[in-house]
Amino acid sequence: MSAMLLISVVMGIAGAATPILIAALGELVVEKSGVLNLGVEGMMLIGAVTAFAVSVHTGSPALGCLAAMLAAALSSLIFAVLTLTLTANQVATGLALTIFGTGVSALAGAPYVGITTTRLGSIFPQALAEDPWLRVLFGHSPLVYLGLILTFGVWWFLARTRTGLVLRAVGEGDEAAHSIGYPVLKIRYLAILFGGAMAGLGGSYFSLVLTPMWAERLTAGRGWIAIALVVFASWRPAWVLAGAYLFGAVITLELQSKAAGFNAFAPEFLSSLPYLATIVVLAVISAGRRSAKTRAPACLGRPFRASA
Amino acid sequence: MAPTLKEILRPAMPPRLELSGITKRFPGVVANDGVGFSVAAGEIHALLGENGAGKSTLVKIIYGVQQADEGELRWNGAPVSIESPRAARRLGIAMVFQHFSLFEAMTVLENIALGMDDPPPQRELEAAVRAVLDTYDLGLDPHRDVFTLSVGERQRIEIVRALLQNPKLLIMDEPTSVLTPQEVEQLFATLRRIAAEGCSILYISHKLGEIQALCESATILRGGKVVATCDPRSETARSMAEMMIGGSLKDVARRDGAPVGPVRLAVDGLSAPGEPPFGTTLKDVGFSVRGGEIFGIAGVAGNGQNELLLALSGERLEEVTGDIRIDETCVCGLGVSARRRRGLAAVPEERNGHAAVPALSLSENAILSARTRKRLAAGGLLRLGAAKAYASGVIEAFSVRATGAAAKARSLSGGNLQKFVMGREILQDPAVLVVSQPTWGVDAGAAGFIRQAMLDLAARGAAIVVISQDLDELFELADRIAVINDGHLSPARPLAEVTVDEIGLLMGGIHGAAPRPATSERAA
Repeated sequence: MSAMLLISVVMGIAGAATPILIAALGELVVEKSGVLNLGVEGMMLIGAVTAFAVSVHTGSPALGCLAAMLAAALSSLIFAVLTLTLTANQVATGLALTIFGTGVSALAGAPYVGITTTRLGSIFPQALAEDPWLRVLFGHSPLVYLGLILTFGVWWFLARTRTGLVLRAVGEGDEAAHSIGYPVLKIRYLAILFGGAMAGLGGSYFSLVLTPMWAERLTAGRGWIAIALVVFASWRPAWVLAGAYLFGAVITLELQSKAAGFNAFAPEFLSSLPYLATIVVLAVISAGRRSAKTRAPACLGRPFRASA
Repeated sequence: MAPTLKEILRPAMPPRLELSGITKRFPGVVANDGVGFSVAAGEIHALLGENGAGKSTLVKIIYGVQQADEGELRWNGAPVSIESPRAARRLGIAMVFQHFSLFEAMTVLENIALGMDDPPPQRELEAAVRAVLDTYDLGLDPHRDVFTLSVGERQRIEIVRALLQNPKLLIMDEPTSVLTPQEVEQLFATLRRIAAEGCSILYISHKLGEIQALCESATILRGGKVVATCDPRSETARSMAEMMIGGSLKDVARRDGAPVGPVRLAVDGLSAPGEPPFGTTLKDVGFSVRGGEIFGIAGVAGNGQNELLLALSGERLEEVTGDIRIDETCVCGLGVSARRRRGLAAVPEERNGHAAVPALSLSENAILSARTRKRLAAGGLLRLGAAKAYASGVIEAFSVRATGAAAKARSLSGGNLQKFVMGREILQDPAVLVVSQPTWGVDAGAAGFIRQAMLDLAARGAAIVVISQDLDELFELADRIAVINDGHLSPARPLAEVTVDEIGLLMGGIHGAAPRPATSERAA
């Protein structure tokens, strides 16, 4: 019995961690290029509602995921045009994007409230995915595996490829990168689009995997946790992974303790625990003297004008 | 002097680079106005001029960062248009920037790779870098993070990056303004070798002594126009300076053997943590300055100058230990305003954003630092009339070129803002004045004015501390001199007893490439 419980806890952790992980990895790339996009929550909501609607109409959750990435990337394009081309303030524009995403997803999602769609299926044979023991390895949603691959992929891209090096350079010194001859704005546009697509994919996890249905504000602030994760993980993909799974663990703990009838604390307190615990643990870990490799990209949030 | 083979061959070949009629306009100003000159193969050619003479714009046009509005560029005799730095590099033009285009949080190798258009895989690149380092005798570890390097070492990264492209023309923009005399010598040796191998060098500077030592010809710019071309070897520094400023140069009047008064500033055992992220810890600094005396502190930037200024001015109080006395009264633990009231004025290195608020008017900026001693904010209310009068007084006394006390600080040129900031402090008649890099990036005319103002203030009995990396300046001003290296201050010595070379050796690099000053033993 307790082994079965353990397995369902592991499944729960991966489930709660994955959307945050994917969105945070996208935001990490954006911030590494020197742009602070606070619109993650809004883009996740746009992704969630798009994924659900497309899945309902086409019957294909996979198509829903793709549409979610596309829709969220399009919304991040608005942010990119405003902040990069028109050099609007990134913080204000990002907040506006979240407010916009919340509103537009509620509007577009209104007809879909109360109906369900097919869950995004497993990529492994049913025998493996539903085996009471082996499901701990094979029973996850494809997005869980994708999240792990993405963690490695983002690390590899930033640390080992030329394009990744240039992207980091643009975030470290936009003027210097420009004077050497790198297209600062183009690289930031692409980074923002990637961040948008990842936020959308993370959002689709809520409406196609966790609960195959749509409700207003479905993502419940996880976009903000993703942004906080990037900062407290000191812009390192492996730490983002650890932080996301820590968050998932505390959330699963909370749900399990509620299910077990543990009610020594107010439920509101328990619900706030995952957010609190994640931030406290990461803040403590990342406190203290930081080396140059773990500090914020030097140009984070600073508008760049290709000037004299 | 017998002509060398190089000089005989020259006329037969078209110049490596030839400019004619280059004009570049910005809103409200013509940065380059019909500029023309040429650089032969293997020639070291100087581009001279004051700040704002149009040197930087011209260089950006050659390197493709900006495009000329009119005029023609010829490369080995053929007309070319250079649309981007990449196009410039394809022609064989390499550039070492004044403000290095380096990325602090990355390694030397990563920085070099970023500067190349098609870098080979890391291992091959590293081999190529090591080969260049060996050939030109440049000391540098490819795997070090840039923020741990001294300025001289950083410049070597830029030079290696440029040399890896086998350039035909190397542009050096104010390369020595941050180097010690020994580093300058080493740089010159490298440059002479590069030129001997046939690469032309375009050398931008306003340091005339260096140009005489290095360059074979010079083009002098003033107000965006070519005003003269000359052979620096047959000119004097003074004659070239006068061509640069278009007038005669005033000598700074020194008062040698002036009487010195009692000790007005005494510092003992001063320690302070480094400013994040890359600061240097200040370790057990001690010195004293008498009234009427100018005390010079030399050192390569980043060796604790910033921390020293902040600890003296009172901007940094936490974790600062040691004794600071003004006129024999301890001011430790007192904040900036309290220290100002006791007569300590400080002028930090950064004019825009530290010494002055760019978006505020000059009279508002006057209030910010003179409010206590000049009572410009009595009872918590601003006395705008008095502030305006004070600011106007500063503008007049220091011949600041501004539209008036209402002009925004950021509308002033660097030299004029520095004159205003210095004047704002000096007219408060401080007992002690602490100044960091008083003439950094300031043109020769304004620099002379500022130095004279400091000498006059000392003559009135104030104690002055000048922190500078410009040794010419310190030798012109100071009565005694000490060197700050890695947060330690060497013992002070009278100016008459030291040479530029000794001071240069003490300056070393960030991490003590040179012998440590004696105080380090005391701290250890």
